[in-house]
Amino acid sequence: MSLLEISNLDLDIHGAPILRDVSLSVAPGQIVGVIGESGSGKSMTAFTVLQLLPEGAQARGQVTLNGHDMLSLSEAQLCRLRGNEVGMVFQEPMTALNPIRTIGEQVAETILIHEQVSKSEAMARAREALNRVELPADRFPLSRYPYELSGGQRQRVVIAMAIALRPKLLIADEPTTALDVTTQAQILALLTRLVREDGMGMLMITHDLAVMADMADDIVIMQKGRVVETGPAATLFETMQHPYSKALLAASTHAPDREDGTTEQPLLTVRNVVRAYALPRKTLFGAPGQVQAVKGVSFDLKRGESLGLVGESGCGKSTLTRAILGLEQVQGGEILFDGQPVFTGHAANRAVRRRMQVVFQDPYGSFNPRHKVARLVTEPFHLLDAPPTGAARDAAIAEALTSVGLAPEDQHKYIHEFSGGQRQRIAIARALIIKPDLIILDEAVSALDVQVRAQILDLLADLSKRFGLTYLFISHDLSVVRAITDRVLVMKSGEFVERGPTAQVFDAPQHAYTKALIAAAPRLPEEA
Amino acid sequence: MLRYTLSRLLSLGVSLAVASVVIFLAIEVLPGDPAAYMLGLNAQPDTLAALRDELGLNGTLWERYADWVGGMLRGDFGTSYTYRSSVSEMIGERLWVSLPLALYALTLSTVIAFPAGIWAAARRGKAADVTVMGVTQLGVAIPNFWFAMLMVLVFAINLRWFSAGGFPGWDKGVWLSLKALTLPAVALALPQASILARVMRSALLDTLSEDFIRTARAKGLTKGQALRRHALRNALIPVLTIIGMQFSFLMAGGIIIENVFFLPGLGRMIFQAISARDLIVVESVVMLLVFAVVLVNFMVELAYALVDPRLRARA
Repeated sequence: MSLLEISNLDLDIHGAPILRDVSLSVAPGQIVGVIGESGSGKSMTAFTVLQLLPEGAQARGQVTLNGHDMLSLSEAQLCRLRGNEVGMVFQEPMTALNPIRTIGEQVAETILIHEQVSKSEAMARAREALNRVELPADRFPLSRYPYELSGGQRQRVVIAMAIALRPKLLIADEPTTALDVTTQAQILALLTRLVREDGMGMLMITHDLAVMADMADDIVIMQKGRVVETGPAATLFETMQHPYSKALLAASTHAPDREDGTTEQPLLTVRNVVRAYALPRKTLFGAPGQVQAVKGVSFDLKRGESLGLVGESGCGKSTLTRAILGLEQVQGGEILFDGQPVFTGHAANRAVRRRMQVVFQDPYGSFNPRHKVARLVTEPFHLLDAPPTGAARDAAIAEALTSVGLAPEDQHKYIHEFSGGQRQRIAIARALIIKPDLIILDEAVSALDVQVRAQILDLLADLSKRFGLTYLFISHDLSVVRAITDRVLVMKSGEFVERGPTAQVFDAPQHAYTKALIAAAPRLPEEA
Repeated sequence: MLRYTLSRLLSLGVSLAVASVVIFLAIEVLPGDPAAYMLGLNAQPDTLAALRDELGLNGTLWERYADWVGGMLRGDFGTSYTYRSSVSEMIGERLWVSLPLALYALTLSTVIAFPAGIWAAARRGKAADVTVMGVTQLGVAIPNFWFAMLMVLVFAINLRWFSAGGFPGWDKGVWLSLKALTLPAVALALPQASILARVMRSALLDTLSEDFIRTARAKGLTKGQALRRHALRNALIPVLTIIGMQFSFLMAGGIIIENVFFLPGLGRMIFQAISARDLIVVESVVMLLVFAVVLVNFMVELAYALVDPRLRARA
């Protein structure tokens, strides 16, 4: 008898079909991974189980949790089940906790809501739950506030809240997507341990095949609101039949066809760069403290090269990127682009800035939603002394859009009319339009679904071949860096701990930190 | 928390010092000699000089500023040019009308606005929400002096429940005085309550769409519990800001309502003092109002820190 049984579930939201004929089951002690791209309905499946659906949602079919028919229960009955028989962990640990209440209060609340116990007993049990998620009392007293914790620690608090009453089922919706690779590995190990210890069933939602391959018993693959493939994780990768599943797997391991175009000529030279920030004053008249985000790093980027910069959040890679772009002044060392400083006087050097462009992670947030694409992609023209006008401008827009695989007519649309992948293409078109030598890609594919990511990587490889572009590719995603770079720098606490040709660093890492990073990255079975 | 309080106190002191300089200089550059104004057009030069001397108008700029500030610190605001009586006493009397009126109106506004805003947010898009939004829209739009006159017509003239104006004085009984302040307080509170209710509603709606509310719901809290335990305190920061601004406004800005109800408050006093070029009164009352505003802002900032642990830690 399974713990969670979903059969023939249909879900509409305001009449729009979201789920169609979804069936899956989770047995006690079993981990079931639901995999799909954004919009596949995987999160909505999870929310249907808890009946925490947006307004206007209508579900039909059967959802049975531990004998309860979830679709026919009253709201009061559902409240008694949520947190008690089923716990849930969410994607964004940074915002999942109430910022103004202590972690002890928030974990104890789960207990107080469901059981008639005293506040002090609830707090004692909250302590136990926090111990179980490896937040020991000496470093993480109950009186801590969420802002004092890192993302991974906050996610542990959310997990403690979810398991405090030892629920039968744990639902985890992309629990590690927002976390660094080593933190991700720790959280996944923690979840697996808790499931094994308590004999819980777990429904885990993710877009990452590799994560599930490591830990799931069963895998369910969803596409456009339907289940397209189900099977045991151990054998699914060999036996998968559905073309979508195969495409998903292929995209996950996709490496674009590219060749090393490195020349001997240095394009960007970074010498002993120090970037320090002043800390708030401790006392009224004392000197402000300093924190060095980048501690005297040096490297050369050769023309035509694709250089990777990897490291976890807070390692200083974004700070270094801003310094290279001439957005901030450095406190020591120099950054030269083709022999010229990137920062002169009190501003970025325009003569240099027009030769390098940047593509950011969030393809929606980096565009003004009230401007049409034509205006958005021509933004870099302000760096030119004589920007093209009239027909020359139209030709430049058409060329940029065509080279990223869009149509020239797309220039009349607004950014909300495009999908995430198309938006990132527009961001690349915007970078290309003034024909730069260097493009800095700051987590440029991290927010994209695997299939779209594969397409963008192909596009980047193709553009570099056609235009002889140089890339600085900044990412926390090791598999992507491996696929697209010739050489890689590994950054930790403001310093490079390892550097070398990409294949060499990945196959035979020397530094302990690099080894830990590579070991932590989830992997798909070899030659699947 | 101690450091936060001290740093806020420091900023309070600096604000007051800067304000005193600005007020003093602004009054200095105003045209018109109070002594000449008091003695009329046919004053003898030596009488004028004697009066200027008596009023302390002859010293250097710096001496006069030091006198003024030093006096205020001792509680001595000087002597009114026109009434020839102590400004401290005049202010004292008026303050006993304006301050209770402001507090009365603020209490009414908060007591109405909180439930209305919470109710509307909890029933977003439903009849309750539409009603609250409609009524508050009207409350913001209606000029409060017109509403005041309407209330006088209904409750004082037709129903005779309240008197149409005037203030009996606290020595005549607390109940009578409160009764006399009721219609003015309602008139003042109406637009304030409407604004506050709308701010409360939108702050709550913002908070209710936060991720941690979904987390709370997944723990088994009902919608109401999630709102009370998690959304409300988080939504308080913008609401506190508005309450602080409203108190300042009510202290100084009740002038029209004070005129409608013939209340001897600070607003009317400053209005009369300006017309009579009684600059020492103007200076002192403006400084007092600045002090009230700065003090309220200080208290609002302390309240922020009580609500939000991140502010306590930063300081």
